[in-house]
Amino acid sequence: MKKLLLLLLLNVSVFYSQEYFPTNTGVKTTENEIVAFTNATINISPTKTIKNGTLVIQNKKVINVGKNVNIPKGTRIIDLKGKLIYPSFIDVYSTFGIKKPKRTPRRRGRVPVYDATRKGYYWNDHIRPETDAFSLFNFNKKEAKELVNLGFGVVNTHSDDGIMQGNGMLVSLSSNSSNAHRILEEVSGNYLSFSKSSKSTQAYPTSRMGAIALLRQTYMDADWYQKGNAKNTDLSLEALNKNKKLTQIFNAGSYLDALRADKIGDQFNIQYTILGSGNEFERIDEIKATNAKFIIPVNFRKAYDVSNQFWAEQISLHDMRNWNQEPANPAMLAKKGISFALTTHNLKSKKDFTKNLQKAITYGLSTSDALASLTTVPAEILGRTDIGNLNTGSYANFLITSGNIFDKKTTVYENWILGSQNIIKPIKKDIFGKYTLTTNGKTYDVSFTEKGKKVKADIKLGDKKLKSNFSFIDNWIQLTINDANEFVQLVGKVTDTKTIEGTGKNSFGNAITWSALKNDNSISLRKKDKKKTKTAPIVQAVSFPNIGFGNYTKPKQETILIKNATIWTGENDEVFENSDILLKDGKITKIGKNLKSSRAKIIDGTGKYVTAGIIDEHSHIGTSAVNEAGHNSTAEVTIEDVINPDDVNLYRNLAGGVTSIQILHGSANPIGGRSAIIKLKWGENAENLLYKNTPKFIKFALGENVKQSNWGDRNVIRFPQTRMGVEQVYIDYFQRAKEYDAKKKSGQPYRKDIELETLAEIINKERFISCHSYIQSEINMLMKVAEQFNFNINTFTHILEGYKVADKMKKHGAGGSTFSDWWAYKYEVNDAIPYNAAIMHKQGVTVAINSDDAEMSRRLNQEAAKTMKYGGLTAQEAWRMVTINPAKLLHLDKRTGSLIEGKDADVVLWSGNPLSVYSKAEKTIVDGTIYFDLEKDLEKRKAIKAEKNKLIKMMLEEKLGGAETQKPSKKEHQLFHCDTE
Amino acid sequence: MKKHIIYSFICFLFLGNIFGQQTPAPKQTTDYSIEGATAHLGNGKIIENSLIMFSNGKISFVGSANSRIARKGKVINAKGKHIYPGFIVANSSLGLAEIDAVRATRDFDEVGSMLPHIRSIIAYNTESKIIETMRPNGVLLAQITPRGGIISGTSSVVQFDAWNWQDAVVKLDEGIHINWPNIFSYGRSSFGGARSLKPNEKYSENITKIKEYFEAAKRYLASDKKTKNLPFEAVKNLFNGTQKIFIHVNGAKNIVDAIDTFKTLNITNIVIVEGKEAEKVANLLKKNNIPVILKRAHRLPGNEDEDYDLPFRNAKILSDAGILVGLGMGGDMERMSSRNLPFYAGTYAAYGLDKEKAVQIITENNAKILGIDDKVGTLEVGKNATIFISEGDALDMSTNNVTDAFIDGRKISLETHQTKLWKRYSNKYKNQ
Repeated sequence: MKKLLLLLLLNVSVFYSQEYFPTNTGVKTTENEIVAFTNATINISPTKTIKNGTLVIQNKKVINVGKNVNIPKGTRIIDLKGKLIYPSFIDVYSTFGIKKPKRTPRRRGRVPVYDATRKGYYWNDHIRPETDAFSLFNFNKKEAKELVNLGFGVVNTHSDDGIMQGNGMLVSLSSNSSNAHRILEEVSGNYLSFSKSSKSTQAYPTSRMGAIALLRQTYMDADWYQKGNAKNTDLSLEALNKNKKLTQIFNAGSYLDALRADKIGDQFNIQYTILGSGNEFERIDEIKATNAKFIIPVNFRKAYDVSNQFWAEQISLHDMRNWNQEPANPAMLAKKGISFALTTHNLKSKKDFTKNLQKAITYGLSTSDALASLTTVPAEILGRTDIGNLNTGSYANFLITSGNIFDKKTTVYENWILGSQNIIKPIKKDIFGKYTLTTNGKTYDVSFTEKGKKVKADIKLGDKKLKSNFSFIDNWIQLTINDANEFVQLVGKVTDTKTIEGTGKNSFGNAITWSALKNDNSISLRKKDKKKTKTAPIVQAVSFPNIGFGNYTKPKQETILIKNATIWTGENDEVFENSDILLKDGKITKIGKNLKSSRAKIIDGTGKYVTAGIIDEHSHIGTSAVNEAGHNSTAEVTIEDVINPDDVNLYRNLAGGVTSIQILHGSANPIGGRSAIIKLKWGENAENLLYKNTPKFIKFALGENVKQSNWGDRNVIRFPQTRMGVEQVYIDYFQRAKEYDAKKKSGQPYRKDIELETLAEIINKERFISCHSYIQSEINMLMKVAEQFNFNINTFTHILEGYKVADKMKKHGAGGSTFSDWWAYKYEVNDAIPYNAAIMHKQGVTVAINSDDAEMSRRLNQEAAKTMKYGGLTAQEAWRMVTINPAKLLHLDKRTGSLIEGKDADVVLWSGNPLSVYSKAEKTIVDGTIYFDLEKDLEKRKAIKAEKNKLIKMMLEEKLGGAETQKPSKKEHQLFHCDTE
Repeated sequence: MKKHIIYSFICFLFLGNIFGQQTPAPKQTTDYSIEGATAHLGNGKIIENSLIMFSNGKISFVGSANSRIARKGKVINAKGKHIYPGFIVANSSLGLAEIDAVRATRDFDEVGSMLPHIRSIIAYNTESKIIETMRPNGVLLAQITPRGGIISGTSSVVQFDAWNWQDAVVKLDEGIHINWPNIFSYGRSSFGGARSLKPNEKYSENITKIKEYFEAAKRYLASDKKTKNLPFEAVKNLFNGTQKIFIHVNGAKNIVDAIDTFKTLNITNIVIVEGKEAEKVANLLKKNNIPVILKRAHRLPGNEDEDYDLPFRNAKILSDAGILVGLGMGGDMERMSSRNLPFYAGTYAAYGLDKEKAVQIITENNAKILGIDDKVGTLEVGKNATIFISEGDALDMSTNNVTDAFIDGRKISLETHQTKLWKRYSNKYKNQ
């Protein structure tokens, strides 16, 4: 035994020593054994299979493969008759052997950190491209074994930490080896994400849009650095530049973030490979259009436990649908021709991988696509031709299986990695079938069948069934037969499955022999699937967005003629009674009496009102982030980067007659982020919601929010903490922007700075400010600062003390966008009055009524009506405050905001006077397309109910069928306001 | 007339110079007759071209202006206008906080979880600048309710024109408020991620705690009470039915559990507050004569898949189910938004409820639910002359324009901190 152990040790050390290393354990030998695997079905690649083939390996590599292969003398031959060979799998998104750094614990009362903790690196701690996987790598045998058992041979591992995470490395999972051999490439793939590093608590970025802006700025700085312009050393930027040529792998997550990541790449000519989340099917066309390769997790959610009705009601249709649709994601990606690799990433338990993969196949993924996603595609992502296939010259990483590798019934026997054997399940002789067993003068009928992972034996003497005990381990049969209370014990090793022979004892303890002969015509009795092939699962159709009230088909632009309505044009107090309006090609074509159009869809407007769509100057719906609070100026971020077209509040706004909104950055800092101005084209993707040639806006803010007055006692270190400091922030930034712009225009080389570029746009009157404001003193201040730099404040938003300085605003040329009646929620709104809009209006200021609130925005018509109560404005004056006035403030008045021939057909049909509490929007039209229709809404409600019922039934079936379920949960729909952190 | 202007001017100077509130009006000495208005009686009926008269703080006549009856005292010609009983806001925390973000002004949430002995009335600030902004919208009375904990405390009903809380009281300590546990609780799913709702494992445990608390109180009240237990003393009127229990509860299951729990405890004078899904248990509510105080209409649907207008249709649904429906506040910005009470009712009317029924919700129904219907809530002879006149339909923001308001027959000021600033700055520009 000792000798054997020694031999083994020797063997290992010889085989895996590095050739030029001296040896002091004996005679130096070089392992060069050739192994041939014969008679196997060899899947050289997902598209190339040979039957009865031979695979010859030597020295970690395949040296020959084919049907008629010359096997050199002295070759060790392994007969794999009836077995299959596949290339081992590859996981390109792995953290194998690299521990995630521990998060710096968050202590109560912790003071926020604004500065970087490192010197000689980039200014932001979350940019760590210098991180090198190899320096953190520690081969983990346990983890390796788990992956090897799942069929993986090679992984590309990295440290999943930070926004720029550094380079990965390509490593095989060979446990009986050392890093000297198993590391295939020390620097392989460069990794990124939107998440901050656990190693630092530096505040910036606090938001998705901040992370996006930071990535952009880092790329620009890397370019500047590479050109030799920087005066200091920056190891981060050096690493970034050095690893530019590597595959860039972006851990994006949801489909929305995948599209966002790809957009960043487009700007810098980088095609990221994107790690998705499994919901790519929800916008598959957009995903396809990225041209990116994807890495897709297979973490399908369990069915929700809907047996408790009260719980069941909390689950959204979206979540229910996702349970049903997620397993079809890989199939849908494949069908669309999107190249993707599968990964074990994000699985709670890696063991679920095989099961979920099989599920994906049940849901339509072809086995060849499945195999490609685990072999050739990941290899291609990493730019390797020597893994993921079994061509001559490739690494000898392969699996030996009993059947199709994606079949539930298949046993994976071995996973060879770098030509070294890893046994997952020992190969057993196939003894399934009927045998005639003769022993002790008797003849028994024996049948061996499969029961789970074991083999079961049934013994009959004539027609009588006998009790027995049976085991089959390492090809050894142990069989005890109870024949009329006489015990016959048999043992034997299976070498030939046609005739099995062995020895034993009869009930007297006497030695006996036995033999079992396979009945020739007995077919293999491996249990066939009783339920044959299940019918393909029903997958619910995807709507846009994929939630309740989404559209299955995108609404189409129509020619629409609304007849005999009261029309408020929103211009010059114009009211046309009993008149018609024609909408064609997305534009308002004509307003008048007795209009005719042969092709138009006719809508009877009798007793109803038609107006332009409502415009909300100040909204925070339809976005995934609202504040970047990490700095006191964040002009570099833009809401356009984080539009969320799937927010149901967009639809609810349509139901309130809203057609356009400005999604503003929050008020966490004096200089906030850039706005997104969108039309509420429900169902369109983020890009299509945006106005073409959007007017450029940015959010500024004053007062308590920017000086963090209500942020708690620990937030007292970020400058500014007083209104006095706020002024200096502006002057400082504008001064620098001015100098920056001058340098840029002078033709000298300059470091491109997105933040200063944006501020220079303001000075150059190309971008307009909408400034969150309350108190008169600071309103006055900002106008003075602007005048100092020779531009105007376009809009003061909220502007609750605007009535105190309305004359000054008028003189300066600023507009006001205010609440109808909010006040008293903080100290600075103590003097906010609902008469504000009326006073400003009477002083000649362009005034809008805004919402800043997902609920109020769907009743802006009512909020406008309050200006009639508070301040006595006329109905037409009030109405303009939510239509043409905000359009003017947003520089959109040439396109929308009133009913004038030639303008966009953004039109609402109201059940009655639109300023009355008793009226509701019946149809809301954007660009000539009906996006909200009260009647269709009722149909949608019915459809939601029906689909939920159907899915609940499916989930109940799953539960009653014994499947594991999960308790319902519901993500809170985060509603943003200005001061949402 | 000239005298009147001078008086107004003096008054304006005086008011403009103090950092204070409207001076409460003196006791009614002059009789009033309001003639010609559409009278919304509060009980679902209207009288077109009405005549309403009141003296000594009480309504003395409600009828048609065609009646040949002597007009008493000062006659107000209200032709084309509307007259309503003062609107009542239930479940409000008016006067318990002035500026949300300033901690020093917040007095609505006491430390602890079982606080029946905590009384809102003593913290009620009659001089709140927020309260005076209620009156120009027709909101003249409120239930002042403490917040927080499981048993938040005891509420009282007040009217909005008083020197101090004692004078403001319409009904003292009329109800105890309890926040019923939820079958779901919030937990942070992952670091920094959105909060997610998960089944509350402690739901039944929490109910047991409530039950045991009241059982202990019952035992105490039946004992010789040698050692006083203040909280238990505070719940005594729940057991004899003279005080109401206001259960703030959402969800069909929760409502059933809540009613069952209190009935078992022999506490039967129950009001459901908020009551999401109350329509699903309408029969139970009807059988036990339990009313529901709805949460304001202007809120978002609770679920992504819910009808966009479900919060607007709520009153209609419950009312059709035969439940007595009231309307209250609670939630974000509840105090400053209380003045929008008429418009919440208007929204219910826009979404199916009969307009007069919508008026009824914030007048007679709220009065009944709060147990003050013997004094206010309808235009009826003998009731307090707490009424107001509006130029137009008071439930519609475009026409709500209160010209006169009376509390107990006292003609109250409709000026506010806000109207003063409005006038001051309008004058500033006029005089420039």
